[in-house]
Amino acid sequence: MDLEFISEHFPRLLKATKLTIELTSLSLFFGVFVGVFFAILRTSKNKILFFISYYYSYIFRGTPLLVQIFIIYFGLGQVEWIRESFLWVFLKEPYSCAILAFTLNTGAYSSEIFRSAFETINKGVVEAAESLGLNKINTFFKIKLPIAIRQSLPAYGNEMILMLKGTSLASTVTLLDLTGVAKHIISTTFRPVEVFIVAGSIYLLMTFIIHNVIKLLEKKYGY
Amino acid sequence: MGLLAFGNTGWGDELFFATLMTIAVAAAAIFIGFFLAAIFASFKLSKNKILNLIGSFYTTVFRGVPELLVIYLFFFGGSGAIMYVARIFGYDGYIEINAFLTGAFSIGIISGAYSTEVFRGAVQSINKGQFEASEVLGFRKKIYYYKVIIPQMLRLALPNISNVWQITLKDTSLISVTGLVEIMRMSYIAAGSTRDPLFFYSFAAVLYLFLTFLSMKLFNKLEQHYNKGY
Repeated sequence: MDLEFISEHFPRLLKATKLTIELTSLSLFFGVFVGVFFAILRTSKNKILFFISYYYSYIFRGTPLLVQIFIIYFGLGQVEWIRESFLWVFLKEPYSCAILAFTLNTGAYSSEIFRSAFETINKGVVEAAESLGLNKINTFFKIKLPIAIRQSLPAYGNEMILMLKGTSLASTVTLLDLTGVAKHIISTTFRPVEVFIVAGSIYLLMTFIIHNVIKLLEKKYGY
Repeated sequence: MGLLAFGNTGWGDELFFATLMTIAVAAAAIFIGFFLAAIFASFKLSKNKILNLIGSFYTTVFRGVPELLVIYLFFFGGSGAIMYVARIFGYDGYIEINAFLTGAFSIGIISGAYSTEVFRGAVQSINKGQFEASEVLGFRKKIYYYKVIIPQMLRLALPNISNVWQITLKDTSLISVTGLVEIMRMSYIAAGSTRDPLFFYSFAAVLYLFLTFLSMKLFNKLEQHYNKGY
C-alpha cells in the first residue's frame, strides 16, 4: 500500500463520487414514478395496459443494463425523427442518456417490487376505507400507498444498492463517474490494487449508508 | 435481414458464435462461483469467528462493489499478479492471461458471492432433525454432508440458483470491455463497421432475452423434477 499514491489520487476519486451520487439519486427519483406507474398498469383490468406493463418489465429485466444504455446512447441517434425532434437536445448528451437508461431499468425492477407490495395489501383494509366513504383517490394515497411503501422497503433497499452499482456503466458512455475515473487512473498508472481498494471502499461506504437508512425506515414504519 | 446472413456477407455466424461464447463464459463463471460458494458458505456457517469474518468480508465486498470495477481489477491486475508469483519462481518474462479466463474469474468471483448467500440460506433451512437422525444412524460427518445435507440443499437452493444464473448471464456483457468477443463485443464491432448500432444492439437485446427465457424454462423443468416427492 502506497499512501502517497492514494492521497495523490483520492481527491479526484472523491470528486467523481459526486457524479455517481447524482446519477444514482436522479435515476432512483424518476424510477420511483415509472415504477409506481407501471405497477398500477399491472393491476389494471384492461388487457392492453397489462401487456404493456408486463412486457416492459420483462424486457428491461431480461437484458443487461449495458445493452439498454448502448441502444439509447448509440442507437437512438440513428433515427431521423428523433434527431429532428426536441428530444435530441437530451439524447445527444451521454449524461441524460445514462439517466434515461438507468431510470427505465430501475423502473422495471421497482414496478415488480411495488406490484407485489400492492398485491399483499389486505382486502379488508380497502373495504374498510370504502365503507368509511373514502373515494378512490383518497383510498389510494392515504391507505394503499403507505402500506405498499412499508411492504416494499426491504426489496427496494436492495434495488437502490443495485442501481448504485449500475451507475458504474455510465463510464462506458464516456462519463467520468467513480468507476470511470478509477479506470482512467488504473490505465495511466497501472496500479489496479490501490485504486480498487480506494474506489471500492467509497462504494462500500455508500452501500453501507443506504443499507442502514433503509433499516432505520423499516424500524420507523414497522408494525 | 441481409445483415444477419451467414457467411461473408452478413453477421449471422459471427453473432451465433458470440452467443456460444457468452454461454461458455457464463457457465464457466457460475461453476467457479459454486466452487467459491461451497468454501465461503462453509466459512460463514462455521463456529469459528475468524472464518465467519472472512466469509462475510468476501460476500460484502463482491456484492457491494460494481461488477465493472472488479473486472478492471482483474483485467489490469491479473497478469501483474501472476507475473509477480512467477518472478518468485525465477521467471522474468511477460505473461498475459487470456480474456476468457479474466472474464470467467472476475464474473465467477462476483457470482460466487451471491451463491454463497444462497447456499448458506439453503443449508440453514434444512431441518435440524436431519442432523440428529444421521447421528442416531451412526453416519460419519462426511457421509452426513454428502448424502444428507448437500442433496437437500441443492433442491432448496434451486430457485435462487436460477436467479444467480440470470444475474451471471447478464453480467457477462460487461466482459466486452476487456475485448472478449461475446454478444456485446460482436455487436459493437458489427455496429461500428455497418454504422447500424440501433439494429445490432437491439438484436443483442433479443439474444439476451432468448437466453434468459430459455434458462427460465430449463430451471422450471429442473425444479419440477426435483420437487416430485414433495
